[in-house]
Amino acid sequence: MFEPKIMCFLCKWCTYAGADLAGTSRMQYASNSVNLRVMCSSRIDPQHILYAFKEGADGVFIGGCHPGDCHYVEGNYKTLRRTILLSRMLEDFGIDKRRLRLEWISAAEGKKFMETMNAFSESIRELGALNLDQVSLTNEDTKHG
Amino acid sequence: MNGNGKKKKIGVFVCHCGVNIASVVDVERVAKALENYPGVEFSTNYVYMCSEPGQKMILEKIKEQKLDSVIVAACSPTLHEKTFQNVVELAGINPYQLEIANIREQDSWVHSDKEKATAKAVKIVKSMVEKVLQNESLEPIRVGVTRRALVIGGGISGLQAALDIADHGYEVLLVEKGPSIGGHMIQLSETFPTLDCSQCIMTPKMVEVSRHPKIRLLTYHEVESVSGFVGNFKVKIRKKPRYVNPDLCTLCGDCEKVCPQIVSDEFNMGLSFRKAIYMPFPQAVPGTYTLDIDNCLGLLPIRCGKCKDVCEPKAINYDEQEEIFEEEVGAIVVSTGYDLYTMDHLGEYGGERYEDVLNGLEFERILSASGPTGGVVRRPSDGKVPKNVVFIQCCGSRDTENHNPYCSKICCMYTAKHAMLYKHRVPDGHATVFYIDVRTGGKAFDEFYQRAVEEDHVLYIRGKVSKVFQEGDRIIVWGVDTLTGKKVEMEADMVVLAMSMVKTEGGEELLKKLKIATDANGWLAEAHPKLRPVESLNAGFFLAGCAHGPKDIPETVAQASAAAAKVGDLFAQKELLHEPTIVPVNEELCSGCGICVTVCPYGARELDPIKKVVKVNEILCEGCGACAAACPSGAAQQKNQTDNQIFSMVKAILKG
Repeated sequence: MFEPKIMCFLCKWCTYAGADLAGTSRMQYASNSVNLRVMCSSRIDPQHILYAFKEGADGVFIGGCHPGDCHYVEGNYKTLRRTILLSRMLEDFGIDKRRLRLEWISAAEGKKFMETMNAFSESIRELGALNLDQVSLTNEDTKHG
Repeated sequence: MNGNGKKKKIGVFVCHCGVNIASVVDVERVAKALENYPGVEFSTNYVYMCSEPGQKMILEKIKEQKLDSVIVAACSPTLHEKTFQNVVELAGINPYQLEIANIREQDSWVHSDKEKATAKAVKIVKSMVEKVLQNESLEPIRVGVTRRALVIGGGISGLQAALDIADHGYEVLLVEKGPSIGGHMIQLSETFPTLDCSQCIMTPKMVEVSRHPKIRLLTYHEVESVSGFVGNFKVKIRKKPRYVNPDLCTLCGDCEKVCPQIVSDEFNMGLSFRKAIYMPFPQAVPGTYTLDIDNCLGLLPIRCGKCKDVCEPKAINYDEQEEIFEEEVGAIVVSTGYDLYTMDHLGEYGGERYEDVLNGLEFERILSASGPTGGVVRRPSDGKVPKNVVFIQCCGSRDTENHNPYCSKICCMYTAKHAMLYKHRVPDGHATVFYIDVRTGGKAFDEFYQRAVEEDHVLYIRGKVSKVFQEGDRIIVWGVDTLTGKKVEMEADMVVLAMSMVKTEGGEELLKKLKIATDANGWLAEAHPKLRPVESLNAGFFLAGCAHGPKDIPETVAQASAAAAKVGDLFAQKELLHEPTIVPVNEELCSGCGICVTVCPYGARELDPIKKVVKVNEILCEGCGACAAACPSGAAQQKNQTDNQIFSMVKAILKG
């Protein structure tokens, strides 16, 4: 069976803490994702997401605080706007926009984190492998100094 | 390679956490998989890394292997990051060279397939190795503290906070927008549950504030704007012209006698009159007359000028101008108090139409010995002593649909007090209270309420009043007794409404200037409802009194003292430390587009008009990284979370 690779970017204050709560509550979910902790979801640059797809991610997940709850006042609104714009771009690149998912998960929503991880994993499984070499994206290193 | 081009020597320590990790993740395999990973000098596993022997092992291995950075693969960083930072610091390594790989909460506890969980653990640890490879050693950003406090609001909470801070030995600026300090408490007659006279306990405090060598009292002043940050605020204060020099005014009252302008007296809640040049009440502090320019005929001597003509000490100066000046403070106590919900919100009770339907504060003035009736209970319409008084509780409180959802907390107690004091003044009168619940949580509160019922024979009816209306000189009260289920119709000479407490009118504007957070009802929001109840979420701001929510006097005083103690904590610091994981600017890459300036929620970034690059205020930067993601040229890179670090981590996770 196809096992997707999922890259998760989680904000430190809400979703990362929600993921920790899923852990302390011993909730079981698909093991095909790995989390990367950032201070705020607004730290995530569209480049990071594109890079993840380039490096073999079949799906990218972004978790932030609920609207109005951002530790940094309004970072999650910026994330929302960027994600919507990037989704449109992804389609232009030939990447199904369902491969990028943004969710608001609070520190108290361990269950929501578990459910989201399982649902996202399933939806990526249905979409199948990304096979980026079949879509036209540059292969050169996108690193910046 | 690390950021400086030097090879790093990383130690990886994989924890079993007893069986919490080891029963699912093959910890030995994880440690083995990292052994030859680029940058890793040493890799091992141990049963409890956070235990004394575990910490000791890390310490020894750092020295033995000459490690310069450390990964601990264990529980969530929220639990033991600090513990292990302390360990590496003991070994002489900068704490920012330690990273935690979370293989418990986000791996072994959420997966059961050993193979997959182990593979995931390896990826997590590798990603942290990639991060630490490029971590810089950082020192906290240090900044000085201005040991001087601003207290906004001169009611009991502001006075108590100012006195306590001043007694700690720090200077205090106390700003009050009105002509005198004293707030609502000085308007009260007697206070529950001891019935001591409010003015008797309040005036000594007011005098103490005015005489304290560390307190600068600024009445008739308002806060215009606040800039800066914790420990280093700059405050603009506006001095409103009083047209009377307090140092020269002898309180002779000659000016008041000749003033032709008669206006409603706000201290007596509009139940009496004052002149345009006035003293709000006899014990006002500072003791001086004030010319209320909104009600004065005009400052041109041609229009009036009578008060100036009769002022013998020449204290009146029509040429006084408004002034705005700047002060530096390190902490700000917000004690701006409350207002009563206005009676026009409850049209069915007729508070705005009928003279003899009063709110609680108006009744306080009627009960007060210094009030408009000299302490004799007389009704405003005809001056008769009322024989039947109906008190209605919860007017605008606890009504989610139409009014305020919260309980105003003090009304049960002050209504019991009102009824009791009325009965003391008019022993043959009848006092009736309509209530939903009687809430008397507080020291000696319930005993007080029982006294009102048992000794003073106040009649308590459980139920809501539907309508209050006037018929001739009688007021009719329609209600329901919900214990018997019967309708109640009652005649009254006077009705007192226990109006809900609400945020101060016009207070929002001030709060906007201060940029501090409020809750859904407009009360100030505390940093944590249980553990940090007197601090604002915004560093350097402290809360005292009813601006934070309805409170009685003892609670207000306690909170004000607590806020003052917190200010003392802040001022006792030699310097303030600030998290260094900020987002600086690489001036060579910055094109001066200014996009990062607009995305920063803290105003920490600004465009240098001459160099055309962005400058960062390190203290204001909270390190969210929104600007780093927005910067089109890569000039804004977050310390220890640069784009390159994120790229390397992503690669390790997906290819590892």
